[in-house]
Amino acid sequence: MAQLEKAPFPSGRYPLIIVGSGPGALQLTYSLSRIGIEHAVLSDDPTPGGMFRRWPVFQRMLSWTKPFTGLEHGSRAYERYDWNSLLADEDAGRAVMPRIMDGTSYFPSRPEMERGLVAFTEACSLRIRFGCHWDSTRRDGDDFVLRTSDGDYRAPLLVFAVGVAEPWRPAGLEDVPHYGELRAAETYSDRRVFIIGKQNSGFEIATGLLPLARQIVLASPSPTKLSVNTHSLVGVRARYVQPYEDSVLAGGVVVLDTSIDEVKRTGNGYQVRTRSAKDGSVLTFEVDDVIAATGFAAPLRDLDQLGVATFGQSRLPAQTPFWESATVPGIYFAGTLNQGAQGLKKHGIPSNSGAVQGYRYNARVLAAHLAEKRFGMRLPRRHLEPQEVIPHLLAEASRGPELWHQRSYLACVVLVDPDHGIVDEGVVPLAHFVDSAGPDGVAVALESNGRDDPYPAVYVRRGSVVTEHLLEPSPLLDFEGSNHHHALIVALDRVMSPSISRAEL
Amino acid sequence: MAVQDDIADRIAGFALFADLSGPQREQVAHVFEEAWFSEGERILRQGFTGSGLYIILEGTAAIRIDGVDRSLLKAGDYFGEISCLLGEAPVADILAVQPLRCLVLASGQVESFLKAQPLVMYRLLQGEARKVRTTTKWLS
Repeated sequence: MAQLEKAPFPSGRYPLIIVGSGPGALQLTYSLSRIGIEHAVLSDDPTPGGMFRRWPVFQRMLSWTKPFTGLEHGSRAYERYDWNSLLADEDAGRAVMPRIMDGTSYFPSRPEMERGLVAFTEACSLRIRFGCHWDSTRRDGDDFVLRTSDGDYRAPLLVFAVGVAEPWRPAGLEDVPHYGELRAAETYSDRRVFIIGKQNSGFEIATGLLPLARQIVLASPSPTKLSVNTHSLVGVRARYVQPYEDSVLAGGVVVLDTSIDEVKRTGNGYQVRTRSAKDGSVLTFEVDDVIAATGFAAPLRDLDQLGVATFGQSRLPAQTPFWESATVPGIYFAGTLNQGAQGLKKHGIPSNSGAVQGYRYNARVLAAHLAEKRFGMRLPRRHLEPQEVIPHLLAEASRGPELWHQRSYLACVVLVDPDHGIVDEGVVPLAHFVDSAGPDGVAVALESNGRDDPYPAVYVRRGSVVTEHLLEPSPLLDFEGSNHHHALIVALDRVMSPSISRAEL
Repeated sequence: MAVQDDIADRIAGFALFADLSGPQREQVAHVFEEAWFSEGERILRQGFTGSGLYIILEGTAAIRIDGVDRSLLKAGDYFGEISCLLGEAPVADILAVQPLRCLVLASGQVESFLKAQPLVMYRLLQGEARKVRTTTKWLS
């Protein structure tokens, strides 16, 4: 296996610079390299992995890689079940995680995840300058200048893949230890622990401390959501629901929907005063430890001074559908920062852009977009015969991993170009297709509404008007039968008639 | 060391939440999500399912029906409620006229939220009544 190159990319000017070496940065540099776009990659860390070099604190991932699916590891269809491997064209870089995992769990351990990312980097001979600390950013003409510990780097295009890993606490909790500062679990034995925050990080800690802590209180203003109820990754994942059951059946855990009025240090512990949103009643807790599981923010340093707009508690950069800063052209984002490009977010269900299984596809789409928009390349596209269109779209809805992992977010697009005929545009951000002008065409996405089984959604663009057509859900996720075939013919009739309809009917 | 929440403070001045206590506003700030839209970006799309209830924190939005702008919305205004209440796709596009910061609640959560916050439901009803009154005057 190839060794990591020690210090490529000396200071200087490059056509494009990526900052970061987590999975988002690795996927993007891989995809850009395969297209042939010259770029540099800089990382503060000593090795690949990003946040997975440290977290999750209890050392087990929430995303799975199923070893036995009946599908060949490394096939596109297998990607639906392997949420943790990055994407590669060559066998050595494909489906890395099932080769790394020891088989004791289908959730990889944190060290396995880290080893998988190092293995991908080596197998694909990715070049990264490690130990290069990004200090500040400024403009100089058409270039951005990154001041780093290794000197100044200049580029007209920057991609930040620096994660959302800066501990965030609300005002008033500055002195409370954060999730990332959790001590060794055994030091919480027989102690009363108050956890502020009822999302996955709070429940992860509670789960880890269940066999140790005397009492655990989980508190935040809004009620807990569970992923099994939302039918999405919104809410606490099943792995961490045990504290919730303990609160209902055993009473060792208290789960409260309440505001935190005050957290005060006492002799050897804390006093926490809460106030119910329902009736204003006040409860006061004397506890030994308080942990702020209140989330993370994007470490964007001084990018706001360049005009990069951010929003929300996590300070996510506001982005276009192709992950460019909505306010500073030329600055792009990759990895979990892609959550700032929210897409259609239908039924309130976000994309999976916060997780590897989502943003690995974003990175591949971004690389192709950069190649065409910024480097003047025209990537090859497949021409389709009329009779191929409907089987192609329904097959992607049934088995395409991009559509499966990025619901209502990434879509398979086919355009009817007067000059080029019927063209497979590949995978495109759905928000771009529905909100931009272009040739007539169709985009197919997979969607969920939080209640029913997933269903294909078809967006037909004719002239400047885009219409939505929802197909029937299928519990077996098989959309290639005659019902869906016919429904898609009807949906496409306005835009592709007569060519497709005549061929299909 | 009191714990604060800037969105809870921000919505204190909005008519829709005027009757809520501090902890109730804090709960609203946690139940809703924050979203940001750039100038010209569509927020609601006419005829598309799966929308939500939006409350404008900052910026201005336009109501556009069949390509024609009908009116403007500003901070404290809300939109998307009709499609959420009726379970139907929006009958208008909503576009950001300038950068827009919103709170958003998915359509499927609106019913349970309003039932849990009857004071907000009453304020929302008042808002809908004003819209009906305006429409009636315009028609007459």
